[in-house]
Amino acid sequence: MISAGIVTMSYIAATVLFILALGGLSNPETARRGNWFGIAGMTIALLATILGVVTQNYVMLLVALLIGGSIGLYLARRVQMTQMPELVAILHSLVGLAAVMVGFASFMDPTAQFEGIEHTIHDIEIYVGILIGAVTFSGSVIAFGKLSARISGKPLTLPGRHLFNLGLLIASIWFGREFVLQSAAGGGLEPLIIMTIIALVFGIHMVMAIGGADMPVVVSMLNSYSGWAAAATGFMLSNDLLIVTGALVGSSGAILSYIMCRAMNRRFLAVIAGGFGTGGGTTVSAGDAEQGEVFPIDTQETAALLLDAKEIMIVPGYGMAVAQAQHIVYEITRALRDKKINVRFGIHPVAGRMPGHMNVLLAEARVPYDIVFEMDEVNEDFPEVDVSIVIGANDIVNPSAQEEPDSPIAGMPVLEVWKGKTTIVLKRSMATGYAGVQNPLFFKENTRMLFGDAKESLDAVFKAL
Amino acid sequence: MKIGVPREVHAGERRVATTPDVAAELIKMGFGVAVEDAAGSAASYSNEAYAAAGCEIVASASDLWAEADVILKVRAPEGEETGLLRSNQILISFLGPGQNPELLKQLTESGGTAMSMDSVPRISRAQKMDALSSMANIAGYRAIIEAAQHFGRFFTGQITAAGKIPPAKVLVIGAGVAGLSAIGTARSMGAIVRAFDTRPEVKEQVESMDADFLMLDFEDEDGTGEGGYAKVMSDEFIKAEMALFAEQAKEVDIIVTTALIPGQPAPRLITAEMVGLMKDGSVIVDLAAETGGNCELTEADKVIQRDGVSIIGYTDLPSRLATQSSQLYATNLRHLLAELSPEKDGKIVVNMDDEVIRGATVCTNGETTWPPPPPTLSAAPKAAEPAPAPVVAEKKKPSVAGPIIAMLAGGLALLGLGAVAPPSFMAHFTVFVLACFVGYMVIWNVTPALHTPLMSVTNAISSIIIIGALLQISSADKLIMWIAVATALITSVNIAGGFAVTRRMLEMFRK
Repeated sequence: MISAGIVTMSYIAATVLFILALGGLSNPETARRGNWFGIAGMTIALLATILGVVTQNYVMLLVALLIGGSIGLYLARRVQMTQMPELVAILHSLVGLAAVMVGFASFMDPTAQFEGIEHTIHDIEIYVGILIGAVTFSGSVIAFGKLSARISGKPLTLPGRHLFNLGLLIASIWFGREFVLQSAAGGGLEPLIIMTIIALVFGIHMVMAIGGADMPVVVSMLNSYSGWAAAATGFMLSNDLLIVTGALVGSSGAILSYIMCRAMNRRFLAVIAGGFGTGGGTTVSAGDAEQGEVFPIDTQETAALLLDAKEIMIVPGYGMAVAQAQHIVYEITRALRDKKINVRFGIHPVAGRMPGHMNVLLAEARVPYDIVFEMDEVNEDFPEVDVSIVIGANDIVNPSAQEEPDSPIAGMPVLEVWKGKTTIVLKRSMATGYAGVQNPLFFKENTRMLFGDAKESLDAVFKAL
Repeated sequence: MKIGVPREVHAGERRVATTPDVAAELIKMGFGVAVEDAAGSAASYSNEAYAAAGCEIVASASDLWAEADVILKVRAPEGEETGLLRSNQILISFLGPGQNPELLKQLTESGGTAMSMDSVPRISRAQKMDALSSMANIAGYRAIIEAAQHFGRFFTGQITAAGKIPPAKVLVIGAGVAGLSAIGTARSMGAIVRAFDTRPEVKEQVESMDADFLMLDFEDEDGTGEGGYAKVMSDEFIKAEMALFAEQAKEVDIIVTTALIPGQPAPRLITAEMVGLMKDGSVIVDLAAETGGNCELTEADKVIQRDGVSIIGYTDLPSRLATQSSQLYATNLRHLLAELSPEKDGKIVVNMDDEVIRGATVCTNGETTWPPPPPTLSAAPKAAEPAPAPVVAEKKKPSVAGPIIAMLAGGLALLGLGAVAPPSFMAHFTVFVLACFVGYMVIWNVTPALHTPLMSVTNAISSIIIIGALLQISSADKLIMWIAVATALITSVNIAGGFAVTRRMLEMFRK
């Protein structure tokens, strides 16, 4: 109906709009507009393709789009902000699944005819597209399970797991060769299916081996994979829009993974290799000697401390999300700010289970974003802070990262709350953090422990205010 | 074991070594507590309050010493008390073993154990037992209160209908615990406070309390000595210092001096000449009066007037705030007893391997154990506490060879690919590489606060893979058609869900 030239032009427009959508995210004001750019880009691309390429089966297509779209909208409306990581993970899995299905369909498509080297390259593109798609799919499903606590968050460490992974890698390369050879002879479905299964197993195994607090890395890594899967599909279909979009998403996820790894001072490979903190009891050697008394505090005293303070820093962690305490945190913040007390939030890059998780939760609770700061912005201010409130966070405020060179988390950048005058730590019990490292912060002279569920404790503090 | 708390015999001493609250906690730890009649009355703790906390009230000091296993005191034993310690008994108080060799000898000969609160090592673990700091804190506060008593004006500045009142100017010399406490008190009363110290690293602490730190224009000589105390400075330094004080003396209304060097007479910082320079009605509070005074004219335990300046030389400032100082001192003692009784069963073990206990014990079983061996290394960094933050664990230098090999390998692989790939592939590949770089540039600008929306929006746009399904949906092959329909279905979930949830999140971000 419309010419190929117009379709291509529309694709270029969509590409530009996607880039603008991502560029808009540099601040919350332009981000809203950016999201509309994204929607516009997607609409243009879809319309151009439907009008320019699709020739029949319109009804089926519209029905599929309507059903899928409604499910998507329903999910988006219903999801709670604390469940965002799960939603993102499951959506990633869909992209992976789509890449696998497009790959198979493309392989089976009889109309595509290539000769010689082009045929080989096309086969390799299909193979790689399906491989990445399958890893993304099964990895995301497992990540979804872990994030929604359907699967235990503990890292699963099989004996010889690195050898196992290596074996899977070698097997998939070998089957790749088989596939290309057989495909040239007209077959090849068998090695393709076997490889798909291997990739699925690899995805499952990879994410199973990663523990709960490494999830920010995993989620952003899967984000990256879903982009690469789209890019590989683009090569397969010779479609530049897919290649560009996939590359944008892929590099976005890769950068996020890099930021997350840097925030934990760990190498990407070490995270993916998994099994962090599984040394268990052996990690606490040096910490034991330093242990001392903890000073508990009750909610009344907490309220009194807060009212006396001029500068308050709130450091939320995953525990705040678990306890759904963000709303009461905001109530307290508002009450204190009305009393001219400067309350700010300090966010560690890996707080929570997804990059930016804490920011979204605080935004949901209507905390204005101009009092929410990144770690690097506030770390120097701690000496002037009167009271820091640590809500359900542990490793990200652990001084041993700086003080004990042989600690498992040594060198990880942390929020230096202990440099403030007083730190109040909300915690359920004295259990160690995810890394299995004892936290000397709890034994510092100027630290007070407020034990109990974060939400209940803060409710009581709010009443006392 | 039974703890005995006698009444202090030193003339004018109002403090007491335990309070009813602390006694109750000691009883909880398994000890029995006996208190001499009226031991706490000068600090406003009545016999009734002690009895209500579960203490036994004993009429005479000699009975108390005879029946108790542990004696808690504030001041070192004097007069009759000196002979009362017996073997198998523990005495804990301020003893000043360096200044009182006679007393130390006598205590050693008794065969009992004596622990001196002023010998508790200054390490972080022992801070809760650091009675010197507790008392210094009180002395600093009280120094300002005494100064206010003798000073004829407000501390704070005001503009009133009757005219303008200038704020008082206070100079604090020596920013240790007492000095910082004096700074805080004077600041909270509204005075303009400046402070001087030979140790440059306390500058930050002084400034954190809203006071000005006076710097000496001098070759950086660091006055930090052992254990966080100051050390003796060079002659030139002292000369420059004196010039600074003379300058300040003309300006300030109140001078509080807290300069002490352990084991030595207090340094002379304020000469008679400087006192002469001060305005009439000014006040000097000399916290070093006990060891000779920082001011040349100070007379211990007296307030004297000279050239219109009041010079306060009280040596018993903590005792003048007896309720507070008893409470802090008693808490310090309780922490020490908790260290001595690790099982919390009311039994005391003098573990000479413990650094804190070893440091505090001056004699035991007929042996003098003072001075203690120097603190082990773990305590040493304490002195340099406000110095630069601990060095982050050494980073392994990445070897240069690794990346170079990787780049070479990558380059060769690309060249190899270029040699065999058809032109159509190369065109796509160019687009791909450029798009990766565009993505790289764009994503670094994303604010970390929006990382979650970034993930959901990239998720939505990566569903552009739906184009693949659309290209295939018109296929004549039924199987391919159905696969394409299914793909379109799941990716449209993603498109609608991803954009909608991003929009929902972004709506929530507000100023």
